[in-house]
Amino acid sequence: MNIVVCVKYVPDATADRRFESDNTVDRVGVDGLLSELDEYAVEQALQLKEKRADEEVTVTALTVGPEKAVDAVRKALQMGADQGVHVQDEAIAGSDYVATSLVLAKAIEKVGRPDVVMCGMASTDASGGVLPAMLAERLGLPQVTLASVVETQGDQVRIKRDGDTATEVVGATMPLVLSVTDQSGEARYPSFKGIMAAKKKPLETYALSDLGVDAGQVGLEAAWTAVEETAARPPRTAGEIVKDEDGSGATALVEFLASKKFI
Amino acid sequence: MSEVLVLVDHVDGAVRKPTYELLAIAKRIGAPSAVFIGGADKAAEVADKVKAYGAEKVYVVDDSEIRGYLVAPKAEALAQVADKAEGPAAILVPSTSEGKEVAARLAIKLESGLITDAVDVQVEDGTPVTTQSVFAGNYTVKAKVTKGTPIITVKPNAASPEEGAGAGAVEEVAVAVSDAAKGAQVVASQPRQSTGRPELTEAAIVVSGGRGTGGDFTAVEALADSLGAAVGASRAAVDSGWKPHTFQVGQTGKTVSPQLYVANGISGAIQHRAGMQTSKTIVAVNKDEEAPIFELVDFGVVGDLHAVLPKATEEIEKRKG
Ligand SMILES: Cc1cc2nc3c(=O)[nH]c(=O)nc-3n(C[C@H](O)[C@H](O)[C@H](O)COP(=O)(O)OP(=O)(O)OC[C@H]3O[C@@H](n4cnc5c(N)ncnc54)[C@H](O)[C@@H]3O)c2cc1C
Ligand SMILES: Nc1ncnc2c1ncn2[C@@H]1O[C@H](COP(=O)(O)O)[C@@H](O)[C@H]1O
Repeated sequence: MNIVVCVKYVPDATADRRFESDNTVDRVGVDGLLSELDEYAVEQALQLKEKRADEEVTVTALTVGPEKAVDAVRKALQMGADQGVHVQDEAIAGSDYVATSLVLAKAIEKVGRPDVVMCGMASTDASGGVLPAMLAERLGLPQVTLASVVETQGDQVRIKRDGDTATEVVGATMPLVLSVTDQSGEARYPSFKGIMAAKKKPLETYALSDLGVDAGQVGLEAAWTAVEETAARPPRTAGEIVKDEDGSGATALVEFLASKKFI
Repeated sequence: MSEVLVLVDHVDGAVRKPTYELLAIAKRIGAPSAVFIGGADKAAEVADKVKAYGAEKVYVVDDSEIRGYLVAPKAEALAQVADKAEGPAAILVPSTSEGKEVAARLAIKLESGLITDAVDVQVEDGTPVTTQSVFAGNYTVKAKVTKGTPIITVKPNAASPEEGAGAGAVEEVAVAVSDAAKGAQVVASQPRQSTGRPELTEAAIVVSGGRGTGGDFTAVEALADSLGAAVGASRAAVDSGWKPHTFQVGQTGKTVSPQLYVANGISGAIQHRAGMQTSKTIVAVNKDEEAPIFELVDFGVVGDLHAVLPKATEEIEKRKG
């Protein structure tokens, strides 16, 4: 069984995230890391493998991103993925969802026909939550997305998810695209052994030419969307803060709400 | 005038409020056409509703063949409606998790650019320009689609619904859905139980509780009810099992943008902020004056929520008389 887990390298949410002058996300000047939400995807991929001890299962961690993005793959290898693929090409910088999904889909095909393409629920920078559906569309696979619980038996997959208006159980047959939420279970930390072992695991780097993708199909110039303007939100003006003493806090709070016509 | 397709957000024919907001936005761009994918028996009722908010056309796709399959059939259906509409000026889809995935597949099918989670859409030089709130609400981004039909998913509260009848001409569309699209099937579904309170993402006021409640949401809920508000929760409260995940506000929960957000016993972690930072007015009650949530507030009370909230609720009830 082949599992490809898509992991994204993102700017650290606790750092000062910002944009470059061409309105692309600053992916170099701000410290980055494996998107926390993709750790859950790696975890579920590893659990799938562990449940199939009697089968040959390969977990491949795949990222599309700049030079440093290899750190995201490394982290996945340290957690326990078997091999890594990093698609890196100058031309990819500034790609939109459509182009990124093209590159990912081609890379997945090159890795080999996977039984499961595992994704996080959303990236912590773009937070679109659309890439898994795009991959399913491009690869012609069913999508079972936003799983909080994943169960498998043979090639059958069942997931539980909190849909927009209902809690649902969804079933599908492999091969498929699966995305998991942060409700799916704590992701493991790399062990010392895992960190050492990761250094010896195969890690390949592909350029666009290796995937048969034309440079003109990707990148900022070819994007089907254009960012016109990025602006830091003006800092909120400091509000009034009172200390509660013998009920004074409640009274002041109610006064404030009334002054704003909320009561 | 070119058509603008609006995917109707509904539960078994009960139209949800964001649909009307999308129709109001559609009017800025062109002639609004509602697309209802649902039960044929509900079509007349839905058509009346969307017509009242300006739909010039109502495409009806009977979903009896595709109900219970995830996302892919809806995307195929919508692509075929777009074909019928002959080059719509834009396609607006509600920014629910399903809506976003439908839009994602549609973008690939129609070879069109996709913009997700718009909080506003205006028209400049004839093209829709979107506003998005990114990086936990710290940045505002303006963007537009440069290829194909602009496909835009729009967040709740991005516009006010505008009443005003459109022609509301109903057109039934028979769509052909491939077997391949029926690969993921809903095998069981438990509709969300109504809390009797406003919907979290649509509410004008949201009152939330975090770890500081210690698991007792009584005071939070009483305050919410006195204000006619929805109840929200931090992930810490959800992870502790005090509230279901559907109450969670934040990066991996709901994004809310109400007129008033009241955070009680919530520290204000970046992931929580991501879901509430764009609220118009923010109030917090927290016993730690150093809590980062106080950096955001218009009004804050340093104190014990179990003392402050019941007294505040009592005073509000008194004022209401
Ligand atoms: C990938 C990822 C995604 C996440 N997504 C989300 C998300 O969507 N939403 C979310 O909320 N979090 C999310 N988090 C978690 C987030 O980082 C915080 O851990 C969480 O928001 C903390 O919740 P809290 O503020 O309730 O708890 P705490 O941080 O523990 O804060 C509790 C606060 O209550 C105060 N307090 C205690 N007792 C009282 C009292 N009696 N009266 C008044 N105040 C009191 C304390 O002073 C403290 O400030 C995510 C984290 C990760 C890593
Ligand atoms: N550049 C990327 N490289 C690898 N995986 C990605 C990339 N971008 C997105 N993904 C995957 O797609 C998921 C959803 O991303 P998004 O639609 O951008 O929110 C992420 O959780 C990842 O699993």
